[in-house]
Amino acid sequence: MMLTFVAMKTETAQPPHNNGIKAELSSIESAVLTDYKYGFVTDIEADSAPKGLNEDIVRFISAKKNEPEWMLEWRLKAYRHWLKMEEPKWANIKYPPINYQDIIYYSAPKQKINPKNLDEIDPELRRTFEKLGISLDEQKRLSGVAVDAVIDSVSIGTSFKEQLAELGIIFCSMSEAVQEHPELIKKYLSSVVPITDNYFAALNSAVFSDGSFCYIPKGVRCPMELSTYFRINAENTGQFERTLIVAEEGSYVSYLEGCTAPMRDENQLHAAVVELITMDNAEIKYSTVQNWYPGDKEGKGGIYNFVTKRGICKGYNSKISWTQVETGSSITWKYPSVILKGDNSVGEFYSVAVTNNHQQADTGTKMQHLGKNTKSRIVSKGISAGVSNNSYRGLVHVGKNARNARNFSQCDSLLLGDRCGAHTFPYIEVKNKSAIVEHEATTSKIGEDQIFYCNQRGIDTETAVALIVNGFAKEVMNQLPMEFAVEAQKLLAISLEGSVG
Amino acid sequence: MNNLEYYKERFDRLKSAKTVDRFADIRQNAFNDFSKTGIPTSKNEEWKYTRIGNIFNKEYRSLIPDVVSAAAEEALSSVRLPGYEQANELVFVNGFFNQPLSTIRSSDLVILSLEEAAVADEYREFVKKNLGHSHHYLKDGINALNTAFMQGGLFIHVKKGYAVEHPVYIYNISDAGAGNIFCQPRSLMHVAENSQLQMAETYVTIGGSDSFTNQVMEVVIEKDAVVEYYKIQNDAANASLVSTTHFRQTGKSYIHTVTISLNGGIVRNNLNIIMESERSEAHLYGLYFHGGTSHIDNHTIVDNVKPNCFSNELYKGILNEDSTGVFNGKIYVRQDAQKTNAYQSNKNILLSDNASVNTKPQLEIFADDVKCSHGCTVGQLDEEAMFYLQSRGISESTARSLLVRAFAEDILEHIKLDPIHKYIEKLIVKRLKKGTT
Repeated sequence: MMLTFVAMKTETAQPPHNNGIKAELSSIESAVLTDYKYGFVTDIEADSAPKGLNEDIVRFISAKKNEPEWMLEWRLKAYRHWLKMEEPKWANIKYPPINYQDIIYYSAPKQKINPKNLDEIDPELRRTFEKLGISLDEQKRLSGVAVDAVIDSVSIGTSFKEQLAELGIIFCSMSEAVQEHPELIKKYLSSVVPITDNYFAALNSAVFSDGSFCYIPKGVRCPMELSTYFRINAENTGQFERTLIVAEEGSYVSYLEGCTAPMRDENQLHAAVVELITMDNAEIKYSTVQNWYPGDKEGKGGIYNFVTKRGICKGYNSKISWTQVETGSSITWKYPSVILKGDNSVGEFYSVAVTNNHQQADTGTKMQHLGKNTKSRIVSKGISAGVSNNSYRGLVHVGKNARNARNFSQCDSLLLGDRCGAHTFPYIEVKNKSAIVEHEATTSKIGEDQIFYCNQRGIDTETAVALIVNGFAKEVMNQLPMEFAVEAQKLLAISLEGSVG
Repeated sequence: MNNLEYYKERFDRLKSAKTVDRFADIRQNAFNDFSKTGIPTSKNEEWKYTRIGNIFNKEYRSLIPDVVSAAAEEALSSVRLPGYEQANELVFVNGFFNQPLSTIRSSDLVILSLEEAAVADEYREFVKKNLGHSHHYLKDGINALNTAFMQGGLFIHVKKGYAVEHPVYIYNISDAGAGNIFCQPRSLMHVAENSQLQMAETYVTIGGSDSFTNQVMEVVIEKDAVVEYYKIQNDAANASLVSTTHFRQTGKSYIHTVTISLNGGIVRNNLNIIMESERSEAHLYGLYFHGGTSHIDNHTIVDNVKPNCFSNELYKGILNEDSTGVFNGKIYVRQDAQKTNAYQSNKNILLSDNASVNTKPQLEIFADDVKCSHGCTVGQLDEEAMFYLQSRGISESTARSLLVRAFAEDILEHIKLDPIHKYIEKLIVKRLKKGTT
């Protein structure tokens, strides 16, 4: 009788624990405890600001980057507002208080800025990228990936720039954009995430050191996947980057962001801001693979990842799609959101979040339906293992004038182990009667019958678990561009091998 | 009456008026909590969508026992639930249990005042242990406020091994004839081993002024007991209510609740079911069908503490005119609670442009071998179904009524107490006839 219908999914009944399988599983447990593969420190002299945060530091950063007066004012305004704010406490995460005066807010690798070509780049730095498998090299160039690589805080190399420039696409570091395209930056920066938006966004606005800027002109379809890698390098340096992507009428861009960070004992703070803007008929697809250092098995160290990501579908028929694979960081606090302002606009959020050992993730999305005939889709897959906690927190808001809004949300949790937690906090606010909103969630573990089925066919338990987890996350993985899908699948396997129990 | 001074003064007066207070400690603790937390604002996550503050901006007559007025007696006769001739009737007037108006028909039911129970040999320990348990789950000022000022409370004991043949009907009468009234009924119930009980509860405000009822009922259910509980809310538009019902299943037991809410000012239901024993079972159903400017908020907690429990929850809402609905369902599965099956579903229909709904089905799971799911929907009447009916000569309004009626049926069919089932059905049909759809 209603248009809406929700299937309440249930897993088939589990047979009681089988000790044989249990024993076998624990033998694999050692395999889970794979050490973080990407933990190494590149030895580059850094040009750092002193520890701590005050107006002078903000001025220092601004001066370092040779910024115009209006940019400094903008930063100071953010800083002064930040002083008045309080750190948010509502998320389902626990961590010792952060001493914001004990952080170095700026550290740039010491080298000439704006190298003419890749050969000019510090070889040490290039080896780092090679270890990470980043495609700055010629061979990789052929694979069609333009990379704006950010080490610590300054963008050190950009490729494919000329080809992109021919199409009128601007793809450069944020500091360059401030110098060369001030009119665009003035117009769009902080237009989606105001500097007063939240504690971490304000902090980022005050001290952000670099990031990427991307502008796709009217009617242009970006011929390649744009990508950028962020790395936190120098010790005790928070990374505060800022990304801004503007897609003009009828344009399309797919943007990839991937992260790995070296091993550290102290927690490192990361507070990024990403803003996306789409005009009429434009589309932005933003994909993230996040694999920062999650801390060791006792939960020591690891990155604090407090990120504000938000896109606005400004134009008619526009679309923003977020895809994320979150396997790293000791704490993840991240809610990529879409404001569906234009009529007929579409927002999507696909997420796989994996937590193991002592990791904590509180992640999800917000879909703000404001325009007419707007649609959104949320698919979130949470996988928890060890003693970790994984929360989905999402908001679907249908405004009073958002006629015929449509939302479908699905958030499934998979528990591997009996000491981890899975939490779901969906908020659904509907103020228009023509809206159709559906939400469904399930929680389950890998059934022993499933494992048994695989074992019976000669697949060992470890492979079976990888198979089932990958199947569980398939819907999201399918959304990733090819380059990322492979890496993401590897990550899933590494993060979870044998955690079943 | 939204400042602390007001309550402090009242509280001191209450303390000095009582020469012997069995509940002095718990009262004082609750008042300290209240002083700390105060009246919840929308910044409090549990009260995000329900602005309770407005209720406290008015002046109320309160916290004074009223003698039975003729009006209350008259009110009782007008709201008596069908089947009352065969029921045990317990009446609260202005938050105080009223013996003269109540009727006890079952001998296996022990009815005492809370104060009496606190000194009676066989109940003293029980009261001490269980009174105020809900505060572990509801840490807001509203719950503490009831405990701080509890007076005229009721103790109900269902004897071991008895199936109470007559259902228990509880009436909460607020007499707002002489100005706004603030009532805080309190009760504690003990359903002993292997017993059985059916309960229905309703609320009525008489007189033209506003009423605010802040009710707390705590129930302990022991091994092999079976409890059915029906809550019916169809009060005046200026009658606000916070109704907390806190069930503890201390032994393997069965609880079945249906909450029907049809009218009121701001209505908030807190329904907690704490499954403290293995193999317990709980069913929670709710229907809210509101219009006008009323606000209905259903908060439920199902806490699975021990393994092998089963719970099923279904709440359905129909919101018309300028009404707003809130649903917040929490399911906790503790680390020990392996093999838990917990289901939750919330479905809403918005019938008007100004109606809105905020729903938050929430799961917190710490055990891996569980089957838990939740779902929620917000939508409107199916156009195809409407067309189907209309193409067969059924008028638009009748077709609407039919569909709404069918939507509600999923909940109504779970009312097992026959006279109550018929009564609710009648109320809904009446509502539909009024053309509110």
